[in-house]
Amino acid sequence: MNNLKLEPTYDEKELRDVYGQLLFELASKDKRVVVLNADLARSDATLKFKELFPDRFIDVGVAEANMMGIAAGLANVGLIPITHTFTPFSTRRAFDQITISIAYADLPVKLMGADPGVTAELNGGTHMSFEDAGIMRTLPNFVIVEPADAIQFKSLFEQIIYHPKPVYTRMYRRRKERFFDEDIQFEIGKIATLKDGSDITIVCSGLMVGQSMIATRMLEERGISVRLLNMHTLKPIDKETIIKAARETGRIVVAENHSIINGWGSAVAEVLAENCPVPMKRIGVQDHFGEVGTTDFLLKKYHMTAQDIYEKAMDLLNIRD
Amino acid sequence: MKLTEVEVKDLKKKALHIRMITIEMIGKLGVGHIGGSLSIVDTLVVLYYKVMKIDAKNPKWEGRDQFVLSKGHAGPALYSVLADLGYFPYEWINTLNKPDTNLPSHCDRLKTPGVDMTAGSLGQGLSAAVGMALAAKIYKKDNYVYAIIGDGESQEGQIWEAAMFASHNKLNNLIAFTDYNKMQIDGYIKEVNNLEPLADKWRAFNWHVIEVDGHNVEQIYDAVMEGKSQIEKPTMIILHTIKGKGAYFAEGKVTSHNMSMSAEEWQRAVEMLRKESESI
Repeated sequence: MNNLKLEPTYDEKELRDVYGQLLFELASKDKRVVVLNADLARSDATLKFKELFPDRFIDVGVAEANMMGIAAGLANVGLIPITHTFTPFSTRRAFDQITISIAYADLPVKLMGADPGVTAELNGGTHMSFEDAGIMRTLPNFVIVEPADAIQFKSLFEQIIYHPKPVYTRMYRRRKERFFDEDIQFEIGKIATLKDGSDITIVCSGLMVGQSMIATRMLEERGISVRLLNMHTLKPIDKETIIKAARETGRIVVAENHSIINGWGSAVAEVLAENCPVPMKRIGVQDHFGEVGTTDFLLKKYHMTAQDIYEKAMDLLNIRD
Repeated sequence: MKLTEVEVKDLKKKALHIRMITIEMIGKLGVGHIGGSLSIVDTLVVLYYKVMKIDAKNPKWEGRDQFVLSKGHAGPALYSVLADLGYFPYEWINTLNKPDTNLPSHCDRLKTPGVDMTAGSLGQGLSAAVGMALAAKIYKKDNYVYAIIGDGESQEGQIWEAAMFASHNKLNNLIAFTDYNKMQIDGYIKEVNNLEPLADKWRAFNWHVIEVDGHNVEQIYDAVMEGKSQIEKPTMIILHTIKGKGAYFAEGKVTSHNMSMSAEEWQRAVEMLRKESESI
């Protein structure tokens, strides 16, 4: 992947349009696919699915706990249920149902959580979950994935759907960012090395891939060799690649669109503490709730921009501008 | 179709037999959810020995009817039935809640052959049963899904989410039971958080509702047959039951939810049931 441009661009389509097409293609060839929604089908592009496959589209209404239980029942008889709602309602709202009926029962339900972190934007603090991936990370059996753009989503989609374990996916449904070239393939559980480097490592996921790419370029312009890792799978964690980066670069910055408590930064810190402790910094939401605002506004306000990543990296390198 | 006199007699004897196994299973451990286990035995016997399409030698048979014990703490009653039917070696009944057991206090689909769904956190099993019934509808299969929920469990909001969805989707292949023994851990249901009017609630949620004596196998069987004749509605059979039914030291006692018992107590209870069985 050494020819990556590290230059975020924009697609014409939002991710949800790409997703709608992927769902259609999948459901056309696999009759086991069932889509569940909790009164948000108009906003996440699964309403089209209802027109095409009315028998396999289930809107439970505003009842997320029930949706998780029904999905467990569907999976229990061999179907592939895919649930849809916003990230907070896809996790904390129904956490005990997810824990017992899905994780403990080990049923491969696929949970799609829309609008992760600050991208909940104008829905504000009630809909802006910074803890979702963190609480899901504590559940045995669960896989947690955060595709950063449509290319990555496409590459991971069937791996998610056909994974033998339940999977929680953070879905940037309204975003148009384009980080990757069309032909790049990603693998669940395997960190993608976006750029090799030897002075410092930046680990990033989801929305923060863009900010981290820009920060990488800023650092490279200062002559610093940056290793850029995309940890699109929070769990299972790719320990090997993290340990290798710590050994070879000696410093790590983690950038996540999530609380710094129990998310990507925490997960990386756990691996480092037990295997190869090196100085590290965490960019992310610093233990507070969200609020209304555009993504750009909130990234600035919460110190999660490329500039913030750059500064944390410079701190670790003991370089003063 | 009504049960014949012989069938009724056989089912009554079977129910006594299952109660003996359940009491022995919990008794040997010395403590357990005996009250809510014994109150559902007659329903389990009607379902497993007369109604459900099942194959004990092939627990995962695709064409089977499915059963969800949403009040998962009544596992010992279900395990007694499954052991008696040969789903697993009978000796397993001596392992209830022992280290590395396949018979945990609450039902676990991964551990016990014949257990169709994991349950234990109350309110959740009915939603799973709804999902299983829905799957049968989507794929035009003719199997039925049965579920037993608790009366205390019916205080959980998720029960009513599932209720609303099931009738909206015309899941007439779902037949659920409420084990209405009128008691929960903290006391009488009507004193802790009253469910009444319970039958009206289910009717208001557009279910076909039948109330029966939950210890009368004929009434239970007739109610299930009536449920199976429904064209559009899911069926709720409210079982008026007695908590701890059949164990003299637990019967009708609020404290029977999860109670300790001595060897003398459980052995005497089993002996009393044996005598009752011989008199039938």
